[in-house]
Amino acid sequence: MGKTLAEKIWQEHVVRSVAGEPDLIYIDLHLIHEVTSAQAFDGLRLSGRKVRRPELTLATEDHNTPTQNIDLPIADPVSKLQVDTLRNNCAEFGVRIHSLGDIDQGIVHVVGPQLGLTQPGMTIVCGDSHTSTHGAFGALAFGIGTSEVEHVLATQTLPLVRPKTMAINVEGELQPGVTAKDVILAIIAQIGTGGGQGYVLEYRGSAIKALSMEARMTVCNMSIEAGARAGLISPDEKTFEYIKGKPHAPADWDAAVAYWNTLYTDADAKFDVEITLDANALAPFVTWGTNPGQGAPLNGEVPNPALIDDPEERGAAERALVYMDLTAGTPLKNIAIDTVFLGSCTNGRIEDLRSAAAILDGQKIASSLRMLVVPGSARVRLQAEAEGLDKIFMAAGAEWRNAGCSMCLGMNPDQLAPGERSASTSNRNFEGRQGKGGRTHLVSPLVAAATAIRGTLSSPADL
Amino acid sequence: MEKFITHVGTAVPLRRSNVDTDQIIPAVYLKRVTRSGFEDGLFAAWRNDPEFILNKEPYKHGTILVAGADFGTGSSREHAVWALQNYGFKVIISPRFADIFRGNSAKGGLLTIILPQDQVEALWRAIEADPSLPVRVSLEERTVSYGSKTLPFEMDEYTRWRLMEGLDDIGLTLKQTDSIDAFEQARTAVKPATLPIR
Repeated sequence: MGKTLAEKIWQEHVVRSVAGEPDLIYIDLHLIHEVTSAQAFDGLRLSGRKVRRPELTLATEDHNTPTQNIDLPIADPVSKLQVDTLRNNCAEFGVRIHSLGDIDQGIVHVVGPQLGLTQPGMTIVCGDSHTSTHGAFGALAFGIGTSEVEHVLATQTLPLVRPKTMAINVEGELQPGVTAKDVILAIIAQIGTGGGQGYVLEYRGSAIKALSMEARMTVCNMSIEAGARAGLISPDEKTFEYIKGKPHAPADWDAAVAYWNTLYTDADAKFDVEITLDANALAPFVTWGTNPGQGAPLNGEVPNPALIDDPEERGAAERALVYMDLTAGTPLKNIAIDTVFLGSCTNGRIEDLRSAAAILDGQKIASSLRMLVVPGSARVRLQAEAEGLDKIFMAAGAEWRNAGCSMCLGMNPDQLAPGERSASTSNRNFEGRQGKGGRTHLVSPLVAAATAIRGTLSSPADL
Repeated sequence: MEKFITHVGTAVPLRRSNVDTDQIIPAVYLKRVTRSGFEDGLFAAWRNDPEFILNKEPYKHGTILVAGADFGTGSSREHAVWALQNYGFKVIISPRFADIFRGNSAKGGLLTIILPQDQVEALWRAIEADPSLPVRVSLEERTVSYGSKTLPFEMDEYTRWRLMEGLDDIGLTLKQTDSIDAFEQARTAVKPATLPIR
């Protein structure tokens, strides 16, 4: 029987396999950042261990860095200590770092691909659950905890139990105005926030093939929101084209492409689970609740919990509506928004900024709200400025910021105030995620831009 | 890591599903560079509510947390495990855990036990009726017992052995250095490196 793509990559990375124990898996690239690495380096120091392969390791500063006044010292002393600790650790252990102000600084999952370090067939880990983003290149990429960060630093391997595989076939053609973000939100609403637990998801089908590399990253990025540690897409000509010319693209290009061309799921391979979505039927999608599975088409209404059969889900929906201050039956398009956030490792790349800027060009954002535009990396910011996108955003009344995770998780000063409601292109609508008491609706960049103009949740078709 | 064989304590009913790691410890509490002191951020938003279960006697002294399905979803932050441990929890029981959270717990010696939803609900009722009810967790026997009930749970042999011995994963892997060296010798040359900077 043939193998799935995930099984092929797994098999190529087995260092040691013994019955009754997890497989020892080799890690090709380890990405680190300031929040989940300090205790790992400390563990190395206490045990007198070194970083086994510094040249397979890359650090960026992203999670708690400010997006304004980045030429000044970080104002919050605790954030500053965490960033300084990363800098000192990288210097001590010989790890390459892109610090705030560096041209290659940015969100770790935007920086890896733009440097050409993310390539097909690799195993990639990072102490961040959105590492699944890199799966868009046909890499097996997943988030790890700090103990595992220390393990990879010390050994360049991880003991792992082989995951099951799930195929998600998205067949057909997306309607105009429907984006990769809407695809993944619809998938999560269908399989639930726990539906992918224990699986690697492989996104397949004509609608996935038709997506750009950046759109594929948006899809893979939110695999974790369906409970799956990793999601991947078989590499193709678009993947190779994206990598070509990047700083770390393979020197022996032909050998690399020959290898990459072996990375697909065999026709006779069997997935443990297979589901199919009709791309033609998908519409712009937004969340109404406090987990990413609580979403609905933008044309719909806030659902009535009383109509949900499952008692656990009904209870969760009831609590979510209280937290979100929403009433069942309210048209989603009537919901007024206070803050629009465009950015994050989900939707902070140049295509995301271009698509939002195209809607905002010559328009003004509603006087009732503020809009933050936070590029995913310093290079994305420079590219956007070269194309004049910054001028479009600022002329519309939006704030143009420096790169970082920013309001996606509100670790830096970019936060929602209690009770404030956002339309956010990020990935999590958990209670208080973007600031204590803040309320989050997850949206695509197109919906974010249209919402900014109208002041209520809207799609470009409503303009 | 401390060995885990048997634990007897009181249990806390957390009647919520999808308890994500942003609820267990919000991001603003993640800025410490040590592994201790995270108990102040545990369930920080919910603990502002005087009615929250951990604000009530005697539950605030519990060591076994009994939660709804999909506990630990979201961010990979291991600080969630540290916050629960720093507060004093030794065991978490839920019908289903998020993968990364469960892996992080095993690394730090926090025991995660999967029980079916109906058994979790029966346990909730029992500890709500008698908050001081002793609950015994035996990793050796793979059972949770309270009152007259003894509930078996599953745990793979390898993880159980590691937790019962309190073994450090890195130390175990470093015994396989020869295998890692051999793998690296045979590793394909087309894979990228971060150094030298290009």
